[in-house]
Amino acid sequence: MVTTISGRAIVLGDNVDTDQIIPAKYLNTSDPDKLAPHFMENEYPDLAGSIKNGDIIVAGKNFGSGSSREHAVITIKGLGISCIIAESFARIFFRNAINTGIPVIEAKVTANNFEKITVDFQNSRILYSGSEIKFKEYPEFLKNIIESNGLINYVRSGKW
Amino acid sequence: MNKTAVEKIFSEKSGTDSRAGDYVVANVDYVMANDITAPIAIDAFNDLGMKAKSDKIIIIPDHFIPPKDINSAIQYKKSKDFALNNGTWLYDIGNGGVCHQVMMEKGFAAPGRLIAGADSHTNTYGALSAISTGIGSTEAGVIFATGKMWFKVPETIKINLNGKPSRGVEGKDIILNILFRIKNGGAAYKCMEFSGDIKYIDINERMTMANMTTEAGAKCSFFDTDEKTIEYLKQRNTGEYKIVKSDDNADFDQTIEINMNEIEPSIAIPNSPDNVKHVSEVHERIDQAYIGSCTNGRIEDIRKAASILKGRKVDRRVRLMVVPASQEVYNQALREGLIDTIVEAGGYFSGTTCGACLGGYMGVLGPDEVCVSSTNRNFIGRMGDKTSRVYLANPSIVAASAILGRIGTPEEI
Ligand code: SF4
Repeated sequence: MVTTISGRAIVLGDNVDTDQIIPAKYLNTSDPDKLAPHFMENEYPDLAGSIKNGDIIVAGKNFGSGSSREHAVITIKGLGISCIIAESFARIFFRNAINTGIPVIEAKVTANNFEKITVDFQNSRILYSGSEIKFKEYPEFLKNIIESNGLINYVRSGKW
Repeated sequence: MNKTAVEKIFSEKSGTDSRAGDYVVANVDYVMANDITAPIAIDAFNDLGMKAKSDKIIIIPDHFIPPKDINSAIQYKKSKDFALNNGTWLYDIGNGGVCHQVMMEKGFAAPGRLIAGADSHTNTYGALSAISTGIGSTEAGVIFATGKMWFKVPETIKINLNGKPSRGVEGKDIILNILFRIKNGGAAYKCMEFSGDIKYIDINERMTMANMTTEAGAKCSFFDTDEKTIEYLKQRNTGEYKIVKSDDNADFDQTIEINMNEIEPSIAIPNSPDNVKHVSEVHERIDQAYIGSCTNGRIEDIRKAASILKGRKVDRRVRLMVVPASQEVYNQALREGLIDTIVEAGGYFSGTTCGACLGGYMGVLGPDEVCVSSTNRNFIGRMGDKTSRVYLANPSIVAASAILGRIGTPEEI
C-alpha cells in the first residue's frame, strides 16, 4: 500500500449523493472512461473537466448517500482521484470504495479548492497549509483489504 | 443473553459470539443483484474464476426492463446469460418485477435470514424480520463465488411505535415522520428496529417503512415477527426459518418513541426525503403523479389509488403513471379490474419496471416539472432534469393529487 499521497483538494459539501455523483441516465454502462466526464454534472457542469489525475476529494458529511451503484466509485476512479476524505461516508459507498481499493478517510478537513494536501497513511495524518489533522486508523480487517488493493485480490490471497 | 436481534443473527451466520462494532465474515443465505449491479458483480465473479454458489444467487433485472436502449440491452443480456449459464434463480420479464418486491413475494425473505442485495433498498426485507442489507457489486460478485461477506455488526436504534394510526395515515406517513426525526444519515451504519403496536401496521406498509430506513442511512431494518408476518409467509414458498427477537435488556444505541396516533398525512418536499411537512401545508401544482416502486407499488397501494380514481378523471395537465411493483401485482390488479378503473380515469398503467423511479425512462421529468410520487427519493435530478422537483407521499395522496392537479388529499375531492 502507498504510504503517502499528495494531490490537489477538490472541495465538495455535505450530503453529496450518488445521483449527483453519477446521474442514473448514465447507468447503462460501467466503463470508467464513459462515466468520468459526467461526474457531478448537474451541480457543477465544469467540474469533471478541471479534475487532474491524483486529485483528492475533500467532502463534508454523509458522502455517497443514496444508491448502491458502484458506478459512483468507478466514476471517481475514472477521474484519477487518488483518495476521498469526508467528515462521514454513506455506508455502501464506504464499502464500495474499500472493496475496490480507493482509500477513504473519515476526517474533517477545511482545505481550499485546489490547495495541495498530503495524506500520510503511516502516521494517520493529513497535512495542508500548515495544519495537521489526525484520522482514525482502519481496523485490521479493513487494512488487509486495502493493502491487498481491494476485495477481489484479498479473496484470491486465500486469507479470506 | 442480552443481545439485539441483529447481533444474534450475525453471531449465528458467522459462528462467533459477536456484538455491535465487531467485524465478522458471515454466511449469506441469499444474494440478489439487478440489471444495473449484476454486470459489475459478474466481472468480479469472473475475475475470481470460482464456481457459482447458484442456489444462493437471485438475478432480477428491473431498472431498465424491458431494455430502454442498446446499452441497457447489453447489461440485461449479460445478467440473464449469467443466471442461465450458472443455474441461479432468475426472475425475468413475465414473472419478475422490482427486485425487492420479488424477493419478498417469492419467499426468499424470511425471519432470521441474512440477505445481501446489490441495491440500496435491500433493507426492505426487515419487514419480514430478516437482516438484509445493501452492498456493492464487487462484493456481490464475491458472494456469488464464496457465499460469504464481511460485515460490521451494527448497533440498533429501537423504535417503539405506540398507539393506533388515524385514518388516512399509512406506513409511508409513519416512516416520513421518523425520517424527519432521525434525518438523512442519522441512522448511518445502524439497524432500525421496530416494535410496539406493530399490529396496526400491515405487512405491505411495514415493507414501505423498512424500505425507507435506507433514507436514514441505516444498514438494515428489523420488524418483530407477529401473526401478520406468519400469515404473509404462509402464502409463499418460504421454506424453513427461525424467529429471532432482541432481548429486553439488549444494549440499544438509543430508543425512540413514536406516537402513531399523532401522525398526520405527510409529504417530503424537495430535495430530501427527511424534508417532511404535513400534506395540508403544501398545494403545489403538479405535472406528473407516480404510483409504483419497491416503496409503494404493491397491490394494496394500487387498490387504494383505484378506489380514489373510481368514476373520476385525472386533471388534464397531469400525467398519472401507475407501475405495479411486480408481475404478480400486475396480474392481481388485472383480476380485480383495477387496471380498468385507472385507465378509465385517464391514468397510464404499465408493465412492471423501476423506470421512472430513478429517472431512467418511462416518465422522466423535464425542466421545472413537478411530480408527486409514491417512491422513496427526491434528491436533485432523481426523476429527471435537475430543475424538476419531486414530492414523496403515500399512494392515496398521489391519486388524489392527480385528480386535483395539485398536491392535495382524498378528503379534498
Ligand atoms: S423501484 Fe426505485 S428505489 Fe426501488 S429498486 Fe427500483 S429504482 Fe430502486
